[in-house]
Amino acid sequence: MRNPLSKLVVTIQPSGIRKFFDIVSEMKDAISLGVGEPDFDTPWHIREEGIYSLEKGKTFYTSNAGLKELKEEICNYLYRRYQLNYNPDHETIVTIGGSEAIDISLRAMLDLGDEVLIPQPSYVSYLPCVTLAGGKPVIIELKAENQFKLTKEELLEAITDKTKILILPFPNNPTGAIMEYEDLREIAKIVEEKDLYIISDEIYSELTYGRNHISIAEFPGMKERTILINGFSKSYAMTGWRLGYATGPAKIIEQMIKIHQFAIMCAPTTSQYAAIEALKNGDADVEVMREAYDQRRKYLINAFQTMGLECFEPFGAFYVFPCIKSLGMSSEEFATELLKEEKVAVVPGTAFGDCGEGFLRISYAYSIENLKIAIERIERFVKKHKNNQ
Amino acid sequence: MKEKILTAIDKNSKLSAKDLAAMLGSTEEEVAAVIKQLEEETVICGYPTLINWDKTQSEKVTALIEVKVTPQRGQGFDKIAERIYKFDEVESVYLMSGGFDLTVIIEGKSMREVANFVSSKLAPMEAVLSTATHFVLKKYKEHGLPLVHETKDERMLITP
Repeated sequence: MRNPLSKLVVTIQPSGIRKFFDIVSEMKDAISLGVGEPDFDTPWHIREEGIYSLEKGKTFYTSNAGLKELKEEICNYLYRRYQLNYNPDHETIVTIGGSEAIDISLRAMLDLGDEVLIPQPSYVSYLPCVTLAGGKPVIIELKAENQFKLTKEELLEAITDKTKILILPFPNNPTGAIMEYEDLREIAKIVEEKDLYIISDEIYSELTYGRNHISIAEFPGMKERTILINGFSKSYAMTGWRLGYATGPAKIIEQMIKIHQFAIMCAPTTSQYAAIEALKNGDADVEVMREAYDQRRKYLINAFQTMGLECFEPFGAFYVFPCIKSLGMSSEEFATELLKEEKVAVVPGTAFGDCGEGFLRISYAYSIENLKIAIERIERFVKKHKNNQ
Repeated sequence: MKEKILTAIDKNSKLSAKDLAAMLGSTEEEVAAVIKQLEEETVICGYPTLINWDKTQSEKVTALIEVKVTPQRGQGFDKIAERIYKFDEVESVYLMSGGFDLTVIIEGKSMREVANFVSSKLAPMEAVLSTATHFVLKKYKEHGLPLVHETKDERMLITP
């Protein structure tokens, strides 16, 4: 029998998260700080709007790029937040979560061998999506001493004459790092100079603390070079609804719609109706959730400092990324031992790229009560292993 | 700071000053001082516990009574409200707009106890014109917290 598999697909490594998930799910009654999704339920008025759309029989396909009203609300939102003017008809597409937008924007822009710069540690799907689209992933290793921001030196060093796209994953999963005005301005200059395109994954844009998120597309000349990706999962606690979007130059969006129309048809209709409500009346919900996350964030940073683990202060997403190098263990050892000894599940930094070695991703999408119990156990674990050294 | 502390403990009064300090980026001493001040100003009036008595053996009956009263010269409704809320059986008293004046919420051991209270204490008061008693059949939510709620984390243990 012939080999049924694609040679390309076989080369792709399964996600490191998956591996760890399998270990954790065998452990009964473990406390997990390992999830990448909000602990809040979708606000009721948003769910209710989804239910209402079902009751009214809105159960058909929508147009490929999404409901007109939703696309208009997305554009209103981007104007309200960033004074960005996008055309809902030609520059906007509604996708199955941010993940589909990442995939189809890469597929729409890449030719065989084009290089894509991926700063790491970062979300697990950029690299395989680039490979599957025929591109060549080029990793930029971000550093703790720069608060895991992308610096212009790091960027310049990675650019070759084959470089076409820079992925900007901020606010960042897993580090919680954000890029501020000055940081982005430097990046924008280089992108213009070197004639690159940007895929800016801003899925955590609503979850920044003490400072507002800035989009790279706000800088002069950048909107023409940027696919801005966002969605409803993190900001409105709507992960299971699978809804995201991309905005960008019409000629790129047009090609993305083509892939989307053949592969997907359209995003789920119920979710689209719920999302309209989220954008129209959801700002107050986001504020409540942001305040709760911020309190947990401060609580955790304080806790790690108290137990003597280095932990830079992240200003975005819902993760802290403490450094465990002082214990002389690898991330994976630490995570596995912590699970065995104290039944707390955290994700080793290496799941998000090799340069995550020595770090752990700790999610604070959990109640304070939950975090308190977990922290007590981690503290006991750290104390014990410090003494063993 | 006051607002933030109040919002944080509104749904969970068990948070210690130390935890609150960590959550709000303050010091334990400062948080303790603010809470003490709020207690003195009776902004914080108490720390009751939200109990779902239906899940226990003890019998409890709650009734909501609509009361029409004659306001008294110079004191409006306050005096009569005070005379009513001083009874131990009375859980809450609110002055209302609309078809009646006071909402009185009573907790008793049995329907008879509540009925006795209404007929022998509340209704005969001089200022009380009429009462209408409604018994509560089931409580779903109180103080913003659902009483019949399965708090199970349905998320997978590890997700990207």
